[in-house]
Parts: sequence; structure tokens; C-alpha cells
Amino acid sequence: MTGAATQEEKARRDAALERLTLTSPYHRFIGVSFVRMGDELTARLAYSEHLIGNPLIPALHGGVTGALLEITAIMQLAWDELWRGMEAGGAEAAAIHAGRLPKLPKTIDLTIDYLRSGRPRDAYARATVQKAGRRVANVRVEAWQDSRDRPIAAAHGHFLMQNAG
Amino acid sequence: MNTPKNDEPGPTRYPLDAFPHARALGLRLEPQKDGGLHVRVPYDERLIGDPATGVIHGGVVTTLLDTGCGIAAMLKMGGKAGVATLDLRIDYMRPSKPGKAILGACECYRLTRSVAFCRGVAYDSDPDDPVATAAGAFMITPLGGRE
Repeated sequence: MTGAATQEEKARRDAALERLTLTSPYHRFIGVSFVRMGDELTARLAYSEHLIGNPLIPALHGGVTGALLEITAIMQLAWDELWRGMEAGGAEAAAIHAGRLPKLPKTIDLTIDYLRSGRPRDAYARATVQKAGRRVANVRVEAWQDSRDRPIAAAHGHFLMQNAG
Repeated sequence: MNTPKNDEPGPTRYPLDAFPHARALGLRLEPQKDGGLHVRVPYDERLIGDPATGVIHGGVVTTLLDTGCGIAAMLKMGGKAGVATLDLRIDYMRPSKPGKAILGACECYRLTRSVAFCRGVAYDSDPDDPVATAAGAFMITPLGGRE
């Protein structure tokens, strides 16, 4: 691929990620966006006063931290499906670039460990797919703020895939 | 904003407006005949997870059950201490119905010196047909802050 063609493909993949992120009104409501390096995503929760649970501490609401973890897991699974489609090229990739997005995986269960209270500032999260089965995926995900090795919360969960062939 | 047109009327409800995220979601406490409290989040299009279905995002259910379990623990301690969530497990039984409020019925079933053990059910019309269930452990903290 020429340099220009590579840049064009990168822009198309970034556009697909943005469409996928903006699909969910709730992502906009709490202010989650994603940055990517290749197929790896990092979620960014932009701090806003309405995310505070207890104003006396003040700390992010535990439900918001849990939501960030769940969103990151679902988005990583959906992005992996999109990525495979784009890598496959041909009609499949063309459909994605024309705006067709995969159905989002559904959460079966999620177990969240709260490790530190979330401070009133941006938070980040990254998910690892432990097993991508045909129908069910197992995902681990961690959220942090200032330092990646001081996570504020971690979770693992099972997700039902909606596009099983 | 907190009274969407699809939301059916109900008994007296108390807002949780001192808590910014609870206020943003429109969370209310709904006293029950048996003396218990359910937490309610009204249906709101801003909280939809997947627009293909109109179903509220799981993150809202997590917030509802975390809030409900924390309140159940604090009520059991007579409001003399606070709590911080140690862990929370959520099981999703079925999607909630678009247009319907989601309620959380939570209880603190065991209190030790340091830890409150809680469980809860999220439902949209019948607690016996839950949208999700939760179980969690909460650290007991001095009022207003974390140790």
C-alpha cells in the first residue's frame, strides 16, 4: 500500500470506530470516547461534575466506574468483530465502511472489584478478551486514572455474541 | 426532564438530588408498604445502550443496584456510618422494556463490624421477573468519607 492509501485506510478505520462509539446515547451521556492503536482500544471517561456519586469525598459514582468497565468490554468485542471484517476486505469491509455495524454483544454477567475511590478527574480503561468463543466471550477489564499500575477498579464478565455465524 | 411521558405515576418518591450522578439520572427513592425502599430510574432516551432496541444501558442498572445496596446498608446502620463498594456482581436476566422505569429492590442481609453484605433485584414491572440481580460486599466507613 502506498503512504496515501495507508493514511486513507487509517481514516476509514477511525471513522468506523467513531460511528461505533456514538451509536449509544449512554456513551455520550457519561462522556466515554475511545482512542486506538491498531486493534487495541483505550477508553477515556472525560470528567464531569455530574459523574460524582458522593460529593463529600468527592468520588466518581461506583456505578459510573462499573459502566466504564462494561462499555470498554463491549466496545472491545464489537471492535474486534469490525476489525476482522475490515481486514477481510471485499464486500464485508465495504459494508462496514458504508455504515453497517455489527450487533453489540449483550452482557450476561459482570463482577466488579473496586480498588480505590475514583477521583474527580478523567479515567481510562482497557479490556483484554480472555476467550472469544463463537457464542460467549470472557473479558477482563481495568480502569485507572493517574497511573496504569494503580487501577481504581477491575472487572471480569461474560458477554453473549450477537453475530454468531 | 425527570418525568418522561412514558413513565407511569406512582407513590410519593424522594429525589437523591444531593448526589450529582443520582440527580443526573433522576433517581428517586420509592417507599414500599412493607417499610422497605426501592430505587427508581425513569426511562430516558439519553440512557439507551443500543438504539436498535431502545433498551437502557447496563451501566445504569449497575448504578441503580450499587446505589440501592449502599442505601440498604446505611439504613440498616441507622444512618450512623457510610459505605464504600468493595465488589459487585451483576447478572443480567433479560433486557428491560423500552419506555418503562427500572426499579431496584435491595437489602442488606448481613452486617459485620467492617462489612455489609447486600443483594438486590432490578425489575421493570414485577420483582419476580427481574431484569438483573446483584450481590455485593460494602466496606463500612465513617460518615462522609472513606477510611
